[in-house]
Amino acid sequence: MKKTSLFQKIAAAPHILWAIMFIVAPMIFVLYFAFTDAEGHFSLSNIASLSQYGNVFILSIAFALIATVICLLIGYPLAYFMSRQSPRAQKILMVLVMLPMWCNLLIRTYALMALLDNGGLLNALLEKLGLHELSIVGTNFGVILGMIYDFLPYMVLPIFTAMTKLDKRYIEASHDLGCNSFQTMTRVIMPLTVSGVISGVTMVFVPSISTFYISQKLGAGKIDLVGDTIERLFQNPSTYNVGAAISLVMMVLIIISVRIMNHFSDDERESSAPKSGKGGGIMP
Amino acid sequence: MKFLSKCYIGLIFFLLYIPILVLIVFSFNESGSLAEFSGFSLMWYEELFNDEEALSSLINSLILAVSSSVIATVIGTFGALGLHRMRSKYIKGAINTVTNIPMMNPDIVTGVSMMLLFVAVAAIIGSQSFFGFGTMLIAHVTFNLPYVLLSVMPRFKGLDKSLSEAAQDLGCTPARAFFMVELPEIIPGIVSGLMLGFTMSLDDFVISHFVSSPDFQTLPLYVYNQTAHNVKFSMYALSALIVVVILAILLVVNFAGSVGNRKAKEKRG
Amino acid sequence: MKCNIIKRISALLLTILCLLPSLLFCLSGCAAEGIGSDTVTLYVYNWGEYISDGSEGCLDSNAVFEDWYYDTYGVRVKVNYSTFSSNESLYAKLSSGSVSYDVVVPSDYMIERLISEDLLAPLNYDNIPLAKENLLPEFFGETSEHSAYDPGNVYSVPYLYGMIGIIYNTTMVEADDPGLGSWKLMWDENHAGNILQFNNSRDAFGTAQYFLGIDVNSDDEAEWRSALDKLREQKPILQGYVMDEIYNKMENGSAGIAAYYAGDYLAMYENNPDLEFFYPKEGTNLYVDAMCVPKSAKNKEIAERYINFMLSVDPTYGAPAIANAEYTYYASPNQKVVDDESYIEYMSEIKEDAYEKMYDTDAVQTSTYKNLSGEKLMLINRLWEELKSDVTVSAGIYVICGIIVTVLLGLFIFFAVRKKIRNIY
Repeated sequence: MKKTSLFQKIAAAPHILWAIMFIVAPMIFVLYFAFTDAEGHFSLSNIASLSQYGNVFILSIAFALIATVICLLIGYPLAYFMSRQSPRAQKILMVLVMLPMWCNLLIRTYALMALLDNGGLLNALLEKLGLHELSIVGTNFGVILGMIYDFLPYMVLPIFTAMTKLDKRYIEASHDLGCNSFQTMTRVIMPLTVSGVISGVTMVFVPSISTFYISQKLGAGKIDLVGDTIERLFQNPSTYNVGAAISLVMMVLIIISVRIMNHFSDDERESSAPKSGKGGGIMP
Repeated sequence: MKFLSKCYIGLIFFLLYIPILVLIVFSFNESGSLAEFSGFSLMWYEELFNDEEALSSLINSLILAVSSSVIATVIGTFGALGLHRMRSKYIKGAINTVTNIPMMNPDIVTGVSMMLLFVAVAAIIGSQSFFGFGTMLIAHVTFNLPYVLLSVMPRFKGLDKSLSEAAQDLGCTPARAFFMVELPEIIPGIVSGLMLGFTMSLDDFVISHFVSSPDFQTLPLYVYNQTAHNVKFSMYALSALIVVVILAILLVVNFAGSVGNRKAKEKRG
Repeated sequence: MKCNIIKRISALLLTILCLLPSLLFCLSGCAAEGIGSDTVTLYVYNWGEYISDGSEGCLDSNAVFEDWYYDTYGVRVKVNYSTFSSNESLYAKLSSGSVSYDVVVPSDYMIERLISEDLLAPLNYDNIPLAKENLLPEFFGETSEHSAYDPGNVYSVPYLYGMIGIIYNTTMVEADDPGLGSWKLMWDENHAGNILQFNNSRDAFGTAQYFLGIDVNSDDEAEWRSALDKLREQKPILQGYVMDEIYNKMENGSAGIAAYYAGDYLAMYENNPDLEFFYPKEGTNLYVDAMCVPKSAKNKEIAERYINFMLSVDPTYGAPAIANAEYTYYASPNQKVVDDESYIEYMSEIKEDAYEKMYDTDAVQTSTYKNLSGEKLMLINRLWEELKSDVTVSAGIYVICGIIVTVLLGLFIFFAVRKKIRNIY
């Protein structure tokens, strides 16, 4: 037995080594770069220069928040309605939700931009119908629309999974005990699908707040979010330090918000849906 | 109510799919225009298949996805084995938390942090052309690890020790017991970890964007470069193909899986 | 006993783990090179859409170079061609030392900077005999007026050149628009939402500086600041900051006014004849993009032969110099190209006055960007960050977010209170 325990320690060694070298070490480098200047001396100037990016942070948080809430408002009823279809229809709908998740985000964002651009198909149609043309690309609305469009499936899937796992007998019981449909919804279904909502919210909020491709395409380079700022700063070696500081702040922000959200779900003991990542999507 | 809910589902899916459908339809458009459809043509597909850059980036993508997911699965499975048998709860928890960092963090932070590591290492060893397949492989293995752990770990936890003991009592050698009883229980987790890693790696753009070099370009990076320049219509053809391939895979995975499950249930029943 | 099996499995898996990368490397090597290990790879880093690439029946310059090299020297060379979209991103790649290239094509001021930072290798002109033979004296040699960035062309051989001008869509800008002919057009509020600005600091500041009549290489911080103020003033009426996305946007009429490089205008005009072009009267930038070999190049000799090949007008190998000029529509500093009858005809077929537009530099008031001191570069960087991070959070967004947060808090409090009450019972 003792021999096995020795082996078992070794079994995890490559994993631990890898995690230290390529997960912990990079994080330490982010910290190091965030708190040093270009010459490598300790400095707080990067953190101080963040004040310049205050509005960028506010805008990013606001966009991500709005996109998340709208995704929830659209996605929750959708998942609910989907869960009430026949099993066969459910399966097909599930594939239809997952398809966009696994199509590259770049392609879908670009497709949306090509459609909405001032000279795109939408405006060509509006023109033919004699309606007022819309300029969406390069506006706040365009960026938020892009986020909703890109990340809606990430909201629907975990909620839908939670809905299908819901024991139908609870609903029957609540009807038997005299609840109307509204009360069943708020008192039975919603509390029991909170875990799905939480992971959906995480899976929409985190990529929304850190995106740069969506704002680049649908914001036409004019609406800079935190992601754009980081991406730009990391194209020039002399601004790596400020970029690292911004990344650090964003990381902390996200950890805090994910913690707060998980706190909500901790009330419910039956969290079954995956907490984060799109891994929830593909496997049965 | 039933009708209204069907309408709602239809409407949302319609909106969700318009851009993709438009892309697919216009990939057959003769004139390179998105504003009007002038005639059916396969010329963009022809151009795509003659585009060496696109083809080589597809090959690169596949090589990277296969190698990174296999390596991540091997490391992750051993890691899960080690973690499962580990006594100290704190170390276990710590390793779990650390491994999950790439999954919790936004991709851009993971990408940037890896880039900083590689930049620093390149500066220390004074190496030119440090970025490339190697850095991409390391980054992809790293972000695949948590997914492998996520799918393998529950299988280890679900292992029923008494089953293997029973097998041994019934005369199996421990080796036989492991192969006949334990491994089959873990393998579904390993396979799903492998597939998950493979698809994640195939799909990744953001992390690759920061750790790549021009001489090892993957498909998402190729798409990014295309959309940053004068977009050729062969890109539309490429996108249409990707959508179709993914749809096919999803259908197979979901519906073949359900057939398998049903059979398994019948057996048990 | 059990550990034995585990050991055996682990040994097996570890072997696979060790073997796999080598196997894959082999695979990728075979896939990439196809032929054999004696093939040399030449890494070329150029602007996007800046070489005749074989699309739509034109010459594939790189492929022809590979053939020519094999025919001449008997060595297989594979050109690995990749592109950048700004001088600054080229600089970032070169200075970080994370990748190595054999041939790069930066613009004038960036060449000056690369030379000053000792990142370029002096060229051996024995391998580039065509430079002296073919290039115009204005662009090459001791006395040239347009190679101040690299006096005597020790490090660089001019590839193409051009000027910045303003492209506009005649369906959106009337022929009597008062802004025509001037940078003012890009600041005209009547065209709000239809204007595109450069998404790189030097060119964007350049537009404001030419408009204001300030020296683009100014040493005065206040002058740079006033250019920044001008750009800030412009930001609300812009549709966006873009680089090569401009092609699609101008061609499909998504935007109506944009400052860009003259040669690219002709490429857009080919797809959308509504587009027109002018050089602003306040003056504009003349840039020269030249081929250089970085110090870190692994195949300097082949790189120099590549440069030489790109100057050639030898018809047996498709005259790459002419093909590149025809493909990009940029002006060529190559005497043999400029005088070529078929080239002149080709240009006039694209657009009647295309040749004059590209080559009549004397009619336009021009200046060039020069390399700035490190301190000034930092300043521009800072100012550019100020401009890009200057996003306005409109009141509407505050209101919406306020409502969301209030509702969330309300729900949270409601549930917390309800829970408390329930716990009491």
